[in-house]
Amino acid sequence: MSGARLGRVLALAAATSLVLAACAGGGGGGEAGGDVTSVKIGFMGDLTGENAAIVIPPRNGAVMAVEEYNAKNPKVKIELVQYDSQGKADQATSLITKAITQDKIVALIGPAFSGESKAIGQQLEESKIPSVSPSATNPGLAENGWTYWHRVVANDADQGPGIADFLVQAKSPKKAFVLSDDQEYSVGLADAVAESFEKSNVTVERDKFAKDASDYSSTVTKVAAANPDVIVFGGYYAQAGRLLKQLRDGGVKATFASGDGSLDQQLVTGAGPEAAEGAVLACPCNIPTPDVTGALKTFFDNYKKSANVDPAIYATEGYDAATAFIKAVEAGHTTGEKINEFLKSVSFEGASKPIKFKANGEPENNAIFIYQVVDGKVKLLGAAEEAKLEG
Amino acid sequence: MLDDFLNQFLPSTVGGLVFGSIYALVALGYTMVYGVLRLINFAHSEIFMIGTFTSLVVITAIAPASPLTGIALFGVMLLIIVASAAISGGAAMLLELVAYRPLRRKGATRLTALISAIGASLFLQELFALVIIPWLTGKPGRNQQSAARIVDRDTVFTIGNAAVRTDHIIVVVAAVIMMIALDRLVNKTKIGRGIRATAQDPEAAVLMGVSIDNIVRVTFLLGGAMAGVAGALYLMEFENTVFNVGFVLGIKAFTAAVLGGIGNLRGALLGGIVLGLIENWGAIFLGSEWKDVIAFTVLVVVLMFRPTGILGESLQKARA
Repeated sequence: MSGARLGRVLALAAATSLVLAACAGGGGGGEAGGDVTSVKIGFMGDLTGENAAIVIPPRNGAVMAVEEYNAKNPKVKIELVQYDSQGKADQATSLITKAITQDKIVALIGPAFSGESKAIGQQLEESKIPSVSPSATNPGLAENGWTYWHRVVANDADQGPGIADFLVQAKSPKKAFVLSDDQEYSVGLADAVAESFEKSNVTVERDKFAKDASDYSSTVTKVAAANPDVIVFGGYYAQAGRLLKQLRDGGVKATFASGDGSLDQQLVTGAGPEAAEGAVLACPCNIPTPDVTGALKTFFDNYKKSANVDPAIYATEGYDAATAFIKAVEAGHTTGEKINEFLKSVSFEGASKPIKFKANGEPENNAIFIYQVVDGKVKLLGAAEEAKLEG
Repeated sequence: MLDDFLNQFLPSTVGGLVFGSIYALVALGYTMVYGVLRLINFAHSEIFMIGTFTSLVVITAIAPASPLTGIALFGVMLLIIVASAAISGGAAMLLELVAYRPLRRKGATRLTALISAIGASLFLQELFALVIIPWLTGKPGRNQQSAARIVDRDTVFTIGNAAVRTDHIIVVVAAVIMMIALDRLVNKTKIGRGIRATAQDPEAAVLMGVSIDNIVRVTFLLGGAMAGVAGALYLMEFENTVFNVGFVLGIKAFTAAVLGGIGNLRGALLGGIVLGLIENWGAIFLGSEWKDVIAFTVLVVVLMFRPTGILGESLQKARA
């Protein structure tokens, strides 16, 4: 989701980061020696801007992890410093300079979005500040050769194959109809899904419509004529809701699936609970819903206590990003360089998934999580490998 | 390809007729105002949007637990149509009073009025997004708003492999009734004669005792009411609306008006239906993302050979 929307700031970001990279000094944060009693870790993202709704939950997750750690009265306490970048690359670049030179943070959770991550990645690299993003999903971020950059969420390129493979395993379809509107994110996801279906020898038919169209009757006609076993839509929930309603009204009964752009309760409102029932949604994010069990349930309850709301998108990932650093501090590492070294070998059972990093900073486990609309509510079924559809 | 065509032709035709009817109703407002004032009323798409929201509010207030049938359905449909027509018609009159009349009084050029129209269009969209929709629904104004279902999607009969549903019939029948009523009103009544006289020659009409201000007001009222009916039918059919729902639809309806012959009421009807059908037929071959390309290509080709649109004849000369 964030990848498509935030790609736009890249151009500006690239320009600004060049300038700042030139001014940035090389000093690593944190003091050496054994008498350190506290370290500062930053959290950066859009905390008050238009996309704050997808950054507040990971912030809450990180705050919760740090609170839990500090409550244990450790030798070295952690102070979480929040930086509100508004999701803008130019703000991120000036904030990170302040964070490194004045606040002397030793590690950074974030930035939340891909554009700002791209903008400050080089500076973090030169200042030897490790970063773990809970939510930046642009695939290109891992290709910069940065050794201090990490993320705990699967990237956009993992999502399409994730959806297709899950449907192949769950429904063994012979024919799939892949739809999208004409937005960049939507077409990209639909292309990836169609490609993966074809690799699994599923016949694929396609159609596409304008993002602002309201009458999808020609699309419904095509789908009805093709009589597919599954339908996958690449796009956001507003269009997905309208489409799903018209498909069901047109008598199309095949399983309907979509990606993270449609993972919102508003999909159900838009389509109507009856039409939305059974719809399958996939996301690189792991959002516990009230009915989860086990460790995720513990997370759900603790988060609700700490933040006073139900966990939302990227909450578990924010918690896991913070935990990765907490493990490093627990192991006695208090400088950026040492923490980064520790991250190369860190391995633990996170709230969202098992956390372990590849050399390029990508998560070893790039699980896609499956959700389904059950009784009019979006419900988490689990990671794609183990999720079982209901009904 | 031929297989696709045979499989999809009849269902596409049904879909095209239904959406074409909505285009046609909205196109009437463009065509009437153009006929009388030579003004392209770009804010007309927002009058349509106001119609969808009026119906949304009415349906939400009634809150039917399940889709309606029989008399109850007829009553609720009539209620949303009348309410939307009244509110949209009133809004259109108000729009004329605020955005166009002062300019007309000062003898401003048509270009000035056009700019005023574009401004009014944006103003109304933002007014709804920022103030009115949050106030009406209590939800963020830029979100899509959904209404409950009032008409079941039962198949009434089938033609070949095309299912014709209750909601399809309601849209087409209601649209046709409204258009016949409007046609009779313009052609058979005194006020209709006034409209035609003003369209033909405003100065001569004044000399013959026609009150231009009244005629313009009635023209906006009628055009707005038609857009309101279109809004009610749209909301019944799609059950969703949003503050900028009229934007693309308005452009299409304007295209339909030009295609049929702007200023010509029957042309608007024909243009709407033809546009709806061509969009859906074209989509069979090239995919739904080509709808707009196909529609506008047809428009350009038609205008190359018939610059005044399919029916050509304009409101001032319409006799029958």
